[in-house]
Amino acid sequence: MSSLLDAFLGQWNYFLVILLMMIGFYAVIARGNMVKKMVGLNIFQTSVFMLYISMGKISEGTAPILTGDAATVYSNPLPHVLILTAIVVGVATTAVGYALIIRIQESFDTIEDDDIILLMEDETEDAQ
Amino acid sequence: MSEHLPVLQVIVPLLAAPFVAFLRGREVAWWLTLVITGVTFAMSLALYAHVQDTGETLIYQMGGWAAPLGIVYVIDAASALVLPIVSGIGFIVTLAARYLVGAEIDGRDHPLFYTAWLLTIAGMLGQITTGDAFNIFVFLEISSLSAYALVAMGAGRDRRALPAAFNYLILGTVGATFYVIGLGLLYMLTGTLNLADLSVRLAEVEATRAVYTAMAFIALGLFLKMALFPLHFWLVPAYSFAPSAVSALMAATATKVSVYVLVRLLFGVFGVSFFGVDSGVGLVLLTLGITGAFVGTLAAIVETDLKKLFAQSSIAQLGYMAIGIGLFTPAGLAAAFIHLFNHALMKGALFLAIGTIAAQAGRASMTTIEGAGRQIPMTMTAILFGGLALIGVPLTAGFISKLYLIRALLESDFWLLAALTFMSSALALAYVWKIIEAAWLKPRPEDAPTLHETPMMWIPAWLLVIATLGFGILASPLIEGATAAALVFFGGAS
Repeated sequence: MSSLLDAFLGQWNYFLVILLMMIGFYAVIARGNMVKKMVGLNIFQTSVFMLYISMGKISEGTAPILTGDAATVYSNPLPHVLILTAIVVGVATTAVGYALIIRIQESFDTIEDDDIILLMEDETEDAQ
Repeated sequence: MSEHLPVLQVIVPLLAAPFVAFLRGREVAWWLTLVITGVTFAMSLALYAHVQDTGETLIYQMGGWAAPLGIVYVIDAASALVLPIVSGIGFIVTLAARYLVGAEIDGRDHPLFYTAWLLTIAGMLGQITTGDAFNIFVFLEISSLSAYALVAMGAGRDRRALPAAFNYLILGTVGATFYVIGLGLLYMLTGTLNLADLSVRLAEVEATRAVYTAMAFIALGLFLKMALFPLHFWLVPAYSFAPSAVSALMAATATKVSVYVLVRLLFGVFGVSFFGVDSGVGLVLLTLGITGAFVGTLAAIVETDLKKLFAQSSIAQLGYMAIGIGLFTPAGLAAAFIHLFNHALMKGALFLAIGTIAAQAGRASMTTIEGAGRQIPMTMTAILFGGLALIGVPLTAGFISKLYLIRALLESDFWLLAALTFMSSALALAYVWKIIEAAWLKPRPEDAPTLHETPMMWIPAWLLVIATLGFGILASPLIEGATAAALVFFGGAS
C-alpha cells in the first residue's frame, strides 16, 4: 500500500496532467456549445503544456542561466522553449476557432451543435 | 545556392505569404502565387533529380548546427518522392485557381486567400522535409490552421462551410495534440527530438509500456489527420463545402502528407524491428484500412453530390494506403507510396474538373451533370478518366497501384485481404458508372442551366489526367522511385 502511495506522490504531476487532460477532452466531446468546446480544447492543450514543463524540472535545479559555477544544477530549458512554440500555436488555434464561432453565430443565429445539425439537414433536403 | 535548396523550397512560399497579403487586386496576387508555386515545384524536381542521380541523402543543417542539437532538413529517396507531388499539385491547382477562385471568392478576399494558400503549401512541404519531430508538429499546425481558414472561405456560397471548418479545427487540433503528447513521452525516454537520433536511442531503451503509449498517441493523432476510418468524419464536410480550388488542393495533398509523416514515424523512428504484423499496429492498420475501403466505397455509391462522392472515395483510397503500410514489408510500403502518388494525381484531376462545374452551377450533383457530356466534353472526359483510374482500369495509374498492392498482399500470404481489396476496387465501378450514365446516357433537361468550358478551365485538370495515363503506361520511373523510398526505411532498420 505504501509503495502505491509513494508511486502516486512521486509522480503526482503526471496524475494532475491526466486529470486535466480528461476534463478538457470530455468537454470537447460531450459539450454541444461551441464556446465550451473551445474552452475544453484549451484545457486539453494546457495539460500537455504542463506535461512538458514538469518533465523539464530537475529537483534543486535553478533557472538555466550560466553562472560560471560548474557545480550548479540547471533545469532543462528545452521543454520550455518547445512549449513556448506550442502556446503560440494554441493561441492561433483559439483565435481561428473563435473567429469561426462568431461567423457561425452571425449566419445560423446559434452556436449549439445540435441546432446547427438540424438546420443543415433542412438545407440538404431543400437542395434535393 | 543549390546547397540551400532543401530549405529554400519551404522558406520561399512561407516568406511570400505575408507579401501576398499586402497586395491589392486579384490578378497580382494570383500571378505572384503562381510564380512562387512554380519556383517551388522546380526546386523539388531539382532535388528529386539530384537524389535520383547521386543516390545520396541531402542533410541541411539549419544555421550550421549539426544534429541532434540543431534542426536538420533531410532529403532522402522518400521525401524527394513526395515533395514534387505536393508542390506539383500545388502549382497545377494554382493554375486552375485563377478561374475557380475568381468565380467563388469575393475579389477583395483574394490576397488573403492566396496568403493562406501559400502557407498551407509551405506547411506541407515543411512536414515532408524536416528531420525534427517537433518541427513536424509546427509545420502540421501551419498547414492545418491555414487550411481551416481556407475551408471556411466556402461560406460565401454555402454557410455550411463554417460548421464544417469548425469541426475540422476541433478534430485537427485534438489529433495534433495527441501527436505532441506522444512526442513528449518519447522525449522523456530519450532526451532527443531528432528523428534519426530518436530511432537510435529508442533501440537502446527497453520496449516499456511508455514506448507503446507514445506510439499509440502518435499513431492515433496521425490517423485523425490522415482521415483513416473511423476517424474520417471531418473530411467529407470539409472537402465538400470548401471552395472548389481548396477541395482540389486538399483532397490531392493534405491527407497524403499525413500518411507520409505516419510512415516516417512508424518506420523511421520506431523501426520495423520494433513491431511486425504480430504487434497489433499492423493488424489495426489492415483492419481499419479494408473496412475504410468498403465503407468509403459504399457511401460513395449512394451519394448524389459529386464533391461528397469523391470525398467518400478518398476514405476508401486512404484505406488502401493503410493496408500497404500495415503489411510492414518493403513491397507493401512501396505499394503505399505508389498509391499515394497516383491517388494525388487522380483526385487532383477529379476535383479540378468537378470544381469547374460547381463554380458555374453552384453545386455539382448528379442532376447538374445530366446530359452534360456533350455540353462540356473536356471536363466530363477528365472526370471519366479520373474515375477509371480510381477503379484501377489497366493503362491508368490506378491499375499500377492496385497491382502492386495486391501483389504485396499475396507475397505476405493475405489471400482473403487481397480478394477483398480487389472486390472493393471493383465496387468503385458502381459510382463511376452512375456518373457515366448521368452525363452521357441521359438527355440534358430543358430547364438546366447551360454549362460552358474554356481551355483555361480544363487544361489544369487534363495535365493531371495525362500524368495519370502517363504513369499508368510508363510506370517504371515511379515504381523505382517508390521502391527506393520504401528501402530508406527498411535499409536502416534491419
